[in-house]
Amino acid sequence: MDTEILARIQFAFTIAFHYIYPPISIGLGVLLVVMEGMYLKTKNKIYENITRYWIKIFALVFAMGVATGIVMEFEFGTNWATYSRFVGDVFGSALAAEGVFAFFLESGFLAILVFGWNRVSPKMHFFSTIMVSFGSMLSAVWIVVANSWQQTPAGFHIVSNGGFSRAEITDFWTMVFNPSSVDRLLHTLSGAWLTGAFLVLSVSAYYILRNRHIEFSKKSIKIALVLAVFASLFQLFTGHHSAEGISRNQPAKLAAFEGHYNTSPAPLYLWGWVNDSEQKVNFSIAVPGFLSYLVHGNTGAPVTGLNEFKPEDRPPVNLVFQSYHLMVAIGMSLIGISLLSVFLLRKDFIFRNKIMLKLLVISVLLPQFANQLGWISAEVGRQPWIVYNLLKTKDALSKSVTSGEVLFSLILFTLIYALLFILFIFLLDRKIKHGPEDFSDLNSVYSEQKAIFHNK
Amino acid sequence: MDLNITWFILVGVLLTGYAILDGFDLGVGALHLLAKGDEERRISLNSIGPVWDGNEVWLVTGGGALFAAFPDVYATVFSGFYIAFMLLLFVLIFRAVAIEFRSKQENKRWRTLWDIAFSVSSIVIALLMGVALGNIIAGVPLGADKEFSGTFWGLLNPYSLMVGITTVALFIMHGAIYLVMKTGGELQNRVRGWVNNTIIFFSICFVTVTMATLIYFPNMIAHFKEFPVFFVIAIFTMLAIANIPREIHLGREFRAFLSSSATIALLLVLFAIGIFPNLVLSAPQPEHSLTIYNAASSQKTLMIMLIMAVIGMPFVIAYTVIIQKVYKGKVKIDEMSY
Repeated sequence: MDTEILARIQFAFTIAFHYIYPPISIGLGVLLVVMEGMYLKTKNKIYENITRYWIKIFALVFAMGVATGIVMEFEFGTNWATYSRFVGDVFGSALAAEGVFAFFLESGFLAILVFGWNRVSPKMHFFSTIMVSFGSMLSAVWIVVANSWQQTPAGFHIVSNGGFSRAEITDFWTMVFNPSSVDRLLHTLSGAWLTGAFLVLSVSAYYILRNRHIEFSKKSIKIALVLAVFASLFQLFTGHHSAEGISRNQPAKLAAFEGHYNTSPAPLYLWGWVNDSEQKVNFSIAVPGFLSYLVHGNTGAPVTGLNEFKPEDRPPVNLVFQSYHLMVAIGMSLIGISLLSVFLLRKDFIFRNKIMLKLLVISVLLPQFANQLGWISAEVGRQPWIVYNLLKTKDALSKSVTSGEVLFSLILFTLIYALLFILFIFLLDRKIKHGPEDFSDLNSVYSEQKAIFHNK
Repeated sequence: MDLNITWFILVGVLLTGYAILDGFDLGVGALHLLAKGDEERRISLNSIGPVWDGNEVWLVTGGGALFAAFPDVYATVFSGFYIAFMLLLFVLIFRAVAIEFRSKQENKRWRTLWDIAFSVSSIVIALLMGVALGNIIAGVPLGADKEFSGTFWGLLNPYSLMVGITTVALFIMHGAIYLVMKTGGELQNRVRGWVNNTIIFFSICFVTVTMATLIYFPNMIAHFKEFPVFFVIAIFTMLAIANIPREIHLGREFRAFLSSSATIALLLVLFAIGIFPNLVLSAPQPEHSLTIYNAASSQKTLMIMLIMAVIGMPFVIAYTVIIQKVYKGKVKIDEMSY
């Protein structure tokens, strides 16, 4: 296989694996703030148990995010050196901002969050929780800004010097608020909130089904549902905004999302299978004119089709079509599940409804799938460009790296990530099976410590 | 002082911060197998428990800053040292896995296995970082296109391996002092005994590497000849090293730790003065070297980032101080521990 394909597989694999964890951290972080806030306000021990239990899960997920994130920080340089030289002046500053503003904040206060319950005052601990949650979202801000700049570059100019040409910043804030940043950030964040909310829903529903930790689980579900309803509806809104933006800024991508070849009023497909050679969408069900309506507010307005672009400038249509439609379908079902659950909360009906609880247990996977599919749509839809209309992916590779070396490192990552994933599932499973402890009885722990440190 | 020099210093500060912080937890890892019995090993592990992933954030940020300030260095070094860096990333993750896995099963063989994994990967990380540093001193083949044109095996030359071993020795010494600070009783007494040996081991490595550098890479001392005042830094380095056994003897572990932190920082300052203004020396064609000028981002970007650093750094220092205050004192094992 050639270096480009291998490097792309490697990047896709490492980023997809990494992206399992940050959304959980972001979503769970928001919930932790609510949970601990409830504890401080009510002084009810049950909220302490809830908070401390989810902090343990948070710590595990966060460690996974850090371990896999280090790889991402260096992979631009190792596999995409030409890209790094071209964008470093612009992209690098967003990445560095993430480090300075977000990483230190998160990781610093995380130590207090996880190991500090008995060492700092409740207010200081609550402050740390807020800072960790804030930091995890700040991290998303900078990384989505950097990625959005690849989609819709702005605030730069191309400078040639001694045979090398690269993008240099002309206006920092124009770069940060490039045309797609805000839409994509909000869409990413709401996806992350859903991921965290559905993790809490799933684990709590599992406990109720097992008839364990009932009080704990009911309260957890109520808190998580508030976020789930808000985030799922907000997701619809941000998704719509993003699609409008894509129609303006990356028309080839939108056309690929909908398998739309000739510039004309466009239908909205519910599903289908794109035949690229015949330029048709088979087995489809569509709402005529609805895409035109969504992006232009008029069912008769023409939407730019793929034929406006040279064949080599189009993304792989069917892959993007499928990932995009699956993402939308999952997004819609998440709205349905969230609203139905809230409706069933009346008279606690949901806690007795086994089918609904089972549905919640497996629903933890839905936001995860939607996140991955969303990124596939966004990034594959950007192809063949690595920086839209400026640099092609095939021209962005490291010149000094051979395909054999990429294959070697791909095998290394596959092995270590397999190990890492087994570890994650194993630890998560143990923590879930073990369940929340009653933290009111901590004296035993202290006496144990005294036994270890008899010199004190 | 122009922006390029400022960023040379700032990237240096980040990497020095990383070396001091992750240095002690890699050192604790390297010494881990010397701790006897499960309880001691848990204490060893938990001495770095709350801080190790925070320490690695310095590496991530250092990488980000290097990318933003000197993109050509970031691109050339990481793609050029490809296999070495992939191994480094692999071992970094493997080490994290070992820390998390180890205490999850009571089984003795299980724990021993992960103890070995933790210790070996800590040593390999320190070694690889030292080897990278050694190659920067020795110079690597670069083309006119700024691309690395050497091989992986070429990076494993005797001099660079020597710098690698010295780095391991330095971190072991640093980690041993940290352990003295963090432990009590029986274990502390034993670790105190190790410290002297680690100082001797490091000193031998240090003298050897210094001699080799003076003989084979006299370019490293060009600036010292030009500005003899820099020689003071070398003297301070020696004093910092000599101060460690003194403080340990007087039972002032924290001061000993400050001394070994200063040793690391001063060594990196000597290194930085030696390579300046090159970031990656090209050998045998020095005209292709990447310097802080030909490999840098635009002045505008360097300025933007300087503003960010000025805003952000006070916060970073504040968090670091808060965390260290909260975790001052001896290791306590509780329900959140490894």
